[in-house]
Amino acid sequence: MQKATPYWAAGKFVLLLIGALIMIYPLLWMLSSSLKPDTMIFKELGLWPSQITLDNYFKGWEGTSGFTFATFFKNSFIVVGLSIIGNLISCSLAAYAFARLDFSFKKLLFALMFGSIMLPHDVVLIPQYILFNKLEWVNTFLPLIVPKFFATQAFFIFLMVQFIRGIPKGLDEAARVDGCGHIQIFSRIIFPLMLPAIVTTAIFTFIWTWNDFFSQFIYLSNPKLWTVTLALRGFLDATGDSMWGAMFAMSILSLIPIFIFFIAFQKLLIEGIATTGIK
Amino acid sequence: MQAEALERESALLNVKKESAGRRLWNKNKVALLFLTPWLIGLIVLSLIPMIASMYLSFTHYDMFNMPKWTGFDNYINLLTSDLRFTQSLKVTLKYVFIGVPLQLIMAFGLAVVLNRGVRGLSGFRAIYYVPSLLGPSLAIAILWKQLFGMDGIINEFLSIFGIAPNSWVADPSTSLYTLIILLAWQFGSPMVIFLAGLKQIPTDLYESASIDGAGRFTKLFKITIPMLTPIIFFNLVMQLINAFQAFTPAYIIGGQTGGPLDSTLFYNLYLYIKAFTEFQMGYASAMAWILLAVIAAFTGLLFLLAKKWVHYES
Repeated sequence: MQKATPYWAAGKFVLLLIGALIMIYPLLWMLSSSLKPDTMIFKELGLWPSQITLDNYFKGWEGTSGFTFATFFKNSFIVVGLSIIGNLISCSLAAYAFARLDFSFKKLLFALMFGSIMLPHDVVLIPQYILFNKLEWVNTFLPLIVPKFFATQAFFIFLMVQFIRGIPKGLDEAARVDGCGHIQIFSRIIFPLMLPAIVTTAIFTFIWTWNDFFSQFIYLSNPKLWTVTLALRGFLDATGDSMWGAMFAMSILSLIPIFIFFIAFQKLLIEGIATTGIK
Repeated sequence: MQAEALERESALLNVKKESAGRRLWNKNKVALLFLTPWLIGLIVLSLIPMIASMYLSFTHYDMFNMPKWTGFDNYINLLTSDLRFTQSLKVTLKYVFIGVPLQLIMAFGLAVVLNRGVRGLSGFRAIYYVPSLLGPSLAIAILWKQLFGMDGIINEFLSIFGIAPNSWVADPSTSLYTLIILLAWQFGSPMVIFLAGLKQIPTDLYESASIDGAGRFTKLFKITIPMLTPIIFFNLVMQLINAFQAFTPAYIIGGQTGGPLDSTLFYNLYLYIKAFTEFQMGYASAMAWILLAVIAAFTGLLFLLAKKWVHYES
């Protein structure tokens, strides 16, 4: 390979740095704006606030439609937490069957599972809404959580199947010789060994559910049940262009959980995307 | 009880011969135990809703009265007389076919540059990746509306170069491009996939090319790109499917109606308006199937063309 000259390397480094700055400038600007008094936000292009205040955070936290952001965060965490549990249980069970068991119509069922990953949600949206409406689940968390317990996010099945296939089969056979059935092999050997896939699933379920707007929006109209995302929209509707500082402050708070997850699990996250190609 | 369960399960698996029932049950009972949650989900939340949606697409249905069979009326109206539908299709196609290539070119370019080795690789990778993590959230859509608004920092930045301020989100000729920029901004995740792919290319390919006197560009076009075509293809298909279904940014930036002048009326936004504000559930179902057909046509076309340009190692 050709050796790069030091000048070229330094130039490349600087260009990448400028690119990185442009990429995160909007985020930094929002952070800095959230710390400025309302009247200053659109006066300064620079990032460093000439006057720092937490007023926007206090004002924003008061929330909208009679509930504070404490309620909205609690709701978001309930929906996200239960979605993670649902996905982990249902997807790992199905993944074990596809990766380790032999059964009738396996190829067909696998194809159906794989196909459902690419299926646009629109073609099931309306009948699902009608069904949940008939069950009187609209304005409860159930339409957002229950499907996760039935492995509707088949993408994670696929991810786990790929992972389980990499676990040596000798381990299963040794356990079988010791008298373990499939349930024990699954719960004592495979599940603990697929921890990276479990964590990846948990992270992406967290991020997707946290960021989700559309399904929360159609199923939750009662402000008491609003998640952080819905509350931001409610806030935007209620205040219009008048309270950008508070708006930005709550937007920043809404991004913090994802950001913490990113920092904590960066390595697994990037490996997860790299090996499976998820968003 | 058990016999009953057996029958149910057998029916589930489409068993025709009763005589072989016992053997089939023994072969499948364990798998069934593991697959039941997923199978219920597949049947109750995917397959039956798909059939129902197909049926509804041929009816007039408002959620309060029984569906009324109208044959192909919904489809005919959509394709021949609904100007907003045509507009939404146009907007979405433009978004997909400008936004996705732009996003992938940026992802590819940066992956190649980063892969050549640079100090602080993991730091750069992280910073470039963050927007694709946060990008789909509503908070970012709100931020975008501000950035490209009249008072936004984009105008302040452009004024340095003497470009007159404009409310880019309120101008129908530019509003869609702010959404396309938002999509391109999220190039981090395909970039990470490209980076992983680049690491898989054997270095001896480059070494022998160097011996043959190949330059940087020859190597890029004769080795890197051909070797990465499966990943380019994969990214293209996935991002295409995602982009066709975009909703949140258009909803927020287009002020809930796809404005100004329907310039950001995404397909899914129009479908939402039809289904959940006008309660034309049948009409919206027909829209869902047309979208499926459009996505299937384009991915099908990609798969067909893939034979010509995607290079798989034998």
